[in-house]
Amino acid sequence: MPVFSYLAYPVQGSKPQLLNDLAALDFCEVTPAENEEVLILVTDTPDEKTEKELQKKLKEIKSLESLGMTFGHTDE
Amino acid sequence: MDITRRQFIKSAAAQSAVATAAVLFPGISFGAWKNVDSGGIEWKKTPCRFCGTGCSLLVGVSGDRAVAVKGDPNCSVNKGLCCVKGYHSIQILYGKDRVNKALVRKNGKLVETPLKEALDLVASKMQETIKSHGKDAVAMYGSGQWSITDGYVASKLFKGCIGTNNLEANARLCMASAVTGFLTSFGLDEPMGCYDDIDHADVFITWGNNMAEMHPVLFSRMLANRKSKGHVKIIDFATRTTRSSQAADRSIIFRPQTDLAVANAICYEIIRNNWVNWDFVKKHVSFHKGKTNIGYGTQDHFKFKDKAETVDFEAYKAFLADYTPEKVEKMSGVPAKDIKYLAALFGDPDKKVTSFWCMGMNQHTRGTWINNLVYNCHLLVGKISTPGNSPFSLTGQPSACGTVREVGTLTHKLPKGVVMKEGARKLAAKIWDVPVENIDPKPTYHTVEMFRALDRGDIRFMWIQVTNPMVTMPNLNRYRDGAKKDGRFLVVSEIYPTPTYDVADVVLPAALWIEREGFFGNSERRTQHNEQIIPMPGDCMSNTWQIIEVARRMGFEKQFPWSEETYIEDIWNEYIQFHDNPKHRMAPYKELKAKSGLQWPYVNGLETKWRYNAKYDPAAEADSFDFYGKPDRRAWIWLRPYEPPAESPDSEYPFWLNTGRVLEHWHTGSMTRRVPILHRAVPEAYVEINSDDAARLGITNGSKVKVSSRRGSVTMKASINGRGLPPKGMVFVPFFDESYLINEVTLDAFCPISKQPDYKKCAVKLERV
Repeated sequence: MPVFSYLAYPVQGSKPQLLNDLAALDFCEVTPAENEEVLILVTDTPDEKTEKELQKKLKEIKSLESLGMTFGHTDE
Repeated sequence: MDITRRQFIKSAAAQSAVATAAVLFPGISFGAWKNVDSGGIEWKKTPCRFCGTGCSLLVGVSGDRAVAVKGDPNCSVNKGLCCVKGYHSIQILYGKDRVNKALVRKNGKLVETPLKEALDLVASKMQETIKSHGKDAVAMYGSGQWSITDGYVASKLFKGCIGTNNLEANARLCMASAVTGFLTSFGLDEPMGCYDDIDHADVFITWGNNMAEMHPVLFSRMLANRKSKGHVKIIDFATRTTRSSQAADRSIIFRPQTDLAVANAICYEIIRNNWVNWDFVKKHVSFHKGKTNIGYGTQDHFKFKDKAETVDFEAYKAFLADYTPEKVEKMSGVPAKDIKYLAALFGDPDKKVTSFWCMGMNQHTRGTWINNLVYNCHLLVGKISTPGNSPFSLTGQPSACGTVREVGTLTHKLPKGVVMKEGARKLAAKIWDVPVENIDPKPTYHTVEMFRALDRGDIRFMWIQVTNPMVTMPNLNRYRDGAKKDGRFLVVSEIYPTPTYDVADVVLPAALWIEREGFFGNSERRTQHNEQIIPMPGDCMSNTWQIIEVARRMGFEKQFPWSEETYIEDIWNEYIQFHDNPKHRMAPYKELKAKSGLQWPYVNGLETKWRYNAKYDPAAEADSFDFYGKPDRRAWIWLRPYEPPAESPDSEYPFWLNTGRVLEHWHTGSMTRRVPILHRAVPEAYVEINSDDAARLGITNGSKVKVSSRRGSVTMKASINGRGLPPKGMVFVPFFDESYLINEVTLDAFCPISKQPDYKKCAVKLERV
């Protein structure tokens, strides 16, 4: 049951779109910064398979410039 | 508010992201973010338990349990970062086989015993041994992982009350050459610079130092500096290719021990090209030579005392004539052009140069000398004690500086000065409230000799805290057999079963770092406080309090009067009296409690980032630099020649053996091997073999290989083209795995000045099994 958090950086000018794109995905919670071009993304998937599927979907988001991981947890 | 474990982990994840964002974007605001755990979780600061970097952590506590870790964004050391060991550090608290009851050996077996009874036994055994065999028959062996107060009360009990100098610590095995290097070159221990040098330097030279694995947070800061500035260069100067080499701009491989010759060749080139900073050298440097052919200490009762003789620059220049880059190329295998390149980096007045080193230079039979020689490179060009210009000795353990070097838990040391000096003894006697005659003016045994004395029977009782010598002593077979001899009594304060626990007569259950209040002191003179964050399990007790309990049982109530509620603060207030001067003043307890570490000298509410430079250091009296540790107020350049190692490969034992650590494991692995994710990452030790050597010997990756020396052997799996790449003729073995005791193979030769053993060089042979 992996939990990860990231700083999500939008393509220039795409922060509102990225907020919508991330919020539309299952297993994702997203919080935008009020005064910077960055969002916090927390993912919470039930298993490794779902996690891999989510990673694939994240890579396909066009409004997303990059993700920087800040926390990772997997149940032992 | 009740929350589930899952909610808590998600909240910790979000908080980590917020903390990171706050570092990257000062003033950032997340209005929509809800801290869901605010009713149940508290974050408390502590220095990390592991290496000497001194990262500050924030530990999340739920109830009585530590449940999460994140980097402390308020600490200038790590700025919110951690390494993989730091992130998993709290899991060392919860191993299934944690020692939480006292054990006493009865009929050959360790038997659970009431703690009070065990402490009574420790005190009575120590008293009996003193009565039967004299005060120098009892000893204590501690650690650079001791909290400062642990080391302080140990020193007070052994040196002040019992009156023996039989007090040593495992920092002798890792930092002693750095200490003697500082003392011989500058007259005072510990670096003149600080980690801010990483942000200012243009060139980094890592001397036999795999920082990418051993000091990963500092290495990350170096990489960040290089990335942000573009022109910054990292040069890895080493005997084997490591992750640090792979990230460096240039990797230069030298033959073991020839770093001595290369450092001299760099200085030869600096002088030949007239890159000497004459203004600095004339005002702030003097030249000296010492004894040569100084031996290796492999025999019992070995004695050596160096003698300094002042010489002039011309004598130094003549001495260096033997170290032309071309001559040194033949000896070291380092191309002359690379030696000239290194010299040119030092010689360029527009480049700020920082050198880093750790075990490669310190675990060296000429460890003091190579420390001196790297200082020479910096001193000749005046690149020292200014931001970005820093010869910087890194420490391996969290409080090797704070406890062992500053408190002085070594046979010759006192909290201020050395036992040989009457003034130092008088000061200690006054602060400790003991007769000055109690403090013996003669040092007794350094670590290797202390374990030899245990083997011989000169020492009969030894108390070991926070270290695992039955894995780490070189030439281990002798010292383990010695510890098991009849008539020896070993007390071991431990948190988990280890090979040292296995030879104990009494095991005292010890509290781990955040289970008690304490202090560590890191590589950059930074003292860091932690409060007790979670309760101690079972009968566990802080090492400090164990020593106090035993001291009181031995009749020293007057010297150990503190209450259990305030003893850490009381001891700190007593200890800092030793350093109440502008050269070493320590921060007050209240300020350390409030902040994520403060650097000494701490004068008038200000930290000192660069010592010996009047611009930054309140103790410096001149207009520019003042190397006030030496009577001539100058830094000393030493004429130190190349001398061969104690043992080199030959026809019978044709390989060099180099030993060391890996990123995921802390020293002997007694803690990190109990953290599942770290254990799975590197589950067992291995022998790294060069691929050409392996092919020649018919050894394949993962096959079993017997590594033998004249002292012992170990059979383990081969690693070919793995994480580290030794050159032809060398093998490397990490020492974290007690199932493969590589120190049964190593040699107990040491630097005659520092008495620090050389774990990096001995001769072995390989056999396919």
